[in-house]
Amino acid sequence: MASRNLPMREALRHALLEEMHRDESVFVMGEEVAYWQGTHRVTRGFLEEFGEKRVLDTPISEMAIGGVAVGAAMAGLRPVAEFMTINFAFLALDALVNHAAKIHYMFNGMFKVPLVFRAATGWGDQATATHSHMPEPIFAHFPGMYVGTPSNSADAYGMLKASIRDDNPVLFTESIGLYSKPGPMPDEDEDFILPIGKGNIVREGTDVSIFTYARGVEWATKAARELEQDGVSVEVVDLRWLRPLDTELIFESFKKTNRAVIVEESLPMYSFGSELAAQIQENCFDYMDAPIKRVSAHDVPLPYSKYLEAMALPDSDKVVAAVKEII
Amino acid sequence: MARLNKETLLDWYRQMVLIREFEETCQQLYNEKRITGVYLHLYSGHEAVGVGAIANMEIGKDHIITAYRDHGIALALGVDPNRVMAEMMGRVDGVSGGKGGSMHLASLNHHFWGGYAIVGGHLPLASGIALEAKYNETGAFVICFVGDGATNNGYFHEAVNIAGVWDLPVIWIIENNGFGMGTETSRAAGNPILHERANSYGVKDLGRVDGQDVMAMYEKVNEAAQHVWSGGGSAMIEAITYRYRGHGVSDKQYDTRFSEELEEWKQNKDPITVFRRQLEEKYKDIGSELDDIEAAQREIVAKSVEFAENSPFPDTLEQLYANVYVEES
Ligand SMILES: Cc1ncc(C[n+]2csc(CCOP(=O)(O)OP(=O)(O)O)c2C)c(N)n1
Repeated sequence: MASRNLPMREALRHALLEEMHRDESVFVMGEEVAYWQGTHRVTRGFLEEFGEKRVLDTPISEMAIGGVAVGAAMAGLRPVAEFMTINFAFLALDALVNHAAKIHYMFNGMFKVPLVFRAATGWGDQATATHSHMPEPIFAHFPGMYVGTPSNSADAYGMLKASIRDDNPVLFTESIGLYSKPGPMPDEDEDFILPIGKGNIVREGTDVSIFTYARGVEWATKAARELEQDGVSVEVVDLRWLRPLDTELIFESFKKTNRAVIVEESLPMYSFGSELAAQIQENCFDYMDAPIKRVSAHDVPLPYSKYLEAMALPDSDKVVAAVKEII
Repeated sequence: MARLNKETLLDWYRQMVLIREFEETCQQLYNEKRITGVYLHLYSGHEAVGVGAIANMEIGKDHIITAYRDHGIALALGVDPNRVMAEMMGRVDGVSGGKGGSMHLASLNHHFWGGYAIVGGHLPLASGIALEAKYNETGAFVICFVGDGATNNGYFHEAVNIAGVWDLPVIWIIENNGFGMGTETSRAAGNPILHERANSYGVKDLGRVDGQDVMAMYEKVNEAAQHVWSGGGSAMIEAITYRYRGHGVSDKQYDTRFSEELEEWKQNKDPITVFRRQLEEKYKDIGSELDDIEAAQREIVAKSVEFAENSPFPDTLEQLYANVYVEES
């Protein structure tokens, strides 16, 4: 691969551009995606390139964004609808979980809902309680919609392309902290598709597996490098998708290392970590050499004040500490 | 109606100048990274809307709620600038103990039920607060500030409608500054004459008012208060105003994008200049009094910065977990 080094927002932008050129029925809509050039600049230049027909600024109407995308998709278009941040997707929760995720099933396969909801996610910029969320697990709770979130530029590119081409609704979230982070990415490539539901071993190891996604990959990788100095061999698994969950990869890795630390940027209760721990315990009990550890955010709404916020969030030191507890 | 004597008018002037000084200082502090974070939405340009409306309130009796553009509201109500500034910097002495930041100022004593960052999210809260006033027959009303952009989501429809159905004492003040972030009102609203929506909900439509003119603003909101006091239920006003700064401090292109329009508003419709002119016409030789007021506000804001920077950051686990739940009831 590797021929250009681009920040994740550019990788996403290229994926979108290429898919819009490839398929006339793909269009983008959302708050400030057209004239403002996208809140996170993912749709920079789109209005000029595709015009108002295919690049639609919406009012601040999340419920409408959610529902309109569902209707347009049912009728044969392929909307890529942007929520400025995942916090605002809560206003559209009904359209997402009651409609996008259920329509195909509810009408016994009669309708398809081929859309992508894109949303920025994450916390760490003192954005305070209502603007600080990593709530992917909430959405992944519901069958019928896929939920994915990339950890780097190449993945963002390949995963978004796959999402746009898929006939199912996809919630695609993009960690705000990663937008500006450069990473290697293939040249324009029709076929660089990273299949939905497939995770990735970022780093091989034998003593403990760290399961994570999005920004957690960075913390896990950093922790792994540090632990290596102490002679601990860490495998880092980037799940990429919360639904479908790549259980095959997870179990395989766990059976090799017999120990797991789960790193999630989100809250601990009823979380990704809870789900994964349960699945590993149910399926790999005979391979367990230690309790499964979770590293999550503190169980509080996020505060504004910077030291409190930093304290509330996971980081690589917390990952190192968790690994040391079970090794 | 308040007595519009010189003292009252000078107080309004003081409030407007305090707000402007505070906001421009916040911008400066943000540039210097003494205020941090991604969100900081300034009220510069809107001063007359907040001050003229609040002048109708009996503070501590009537209620008020707004969105994230909330510094001006807090200051006009008389919330201590020291504690407001401390909140901007996330210090323990901030009005929300550093947990809320610039978007989530509040003050129980002033019946200021807070600034909210989810667009439209505070509107049903306004109806709920008004429900209490009606329920307990307190005679109080609620002022709810609404951005033009916020009139386009479902919250607006549902909150205003229920206030219409139940005749709740809310004064809905649409602060139409022409934009929701970068989208002009006319590109976001099917009918951009926003106050007309009142009619759809059985709410009194009081039309538009020049939001740059504090006297006009005061009078229009007074009309609304009369309506509410007469038991007529809720009323709606559309105040036409302008935002001098970008949507928030991270919106750096704003000045260049709209520079001509922006200059036009600053030159000819600045609420503080307009009011100063009105005062100078009414009271000869008031100039030096106004100058003194301005100097005093600069001093107050400078002191607030000092106060805030002397207040510690919260940084313990105990502080992190405090107030997730009510601990004693
Ligand atoms: C539900 C929701 N959607 C989107 C946003 C992002 N956002 C914050 S402020 C804003 C514009 C609001 O404009 P308006 O209501 O006119 O208020 P103004 O900023 O002009 O005071 C947007 C889109 C949000 N905070 N909440």
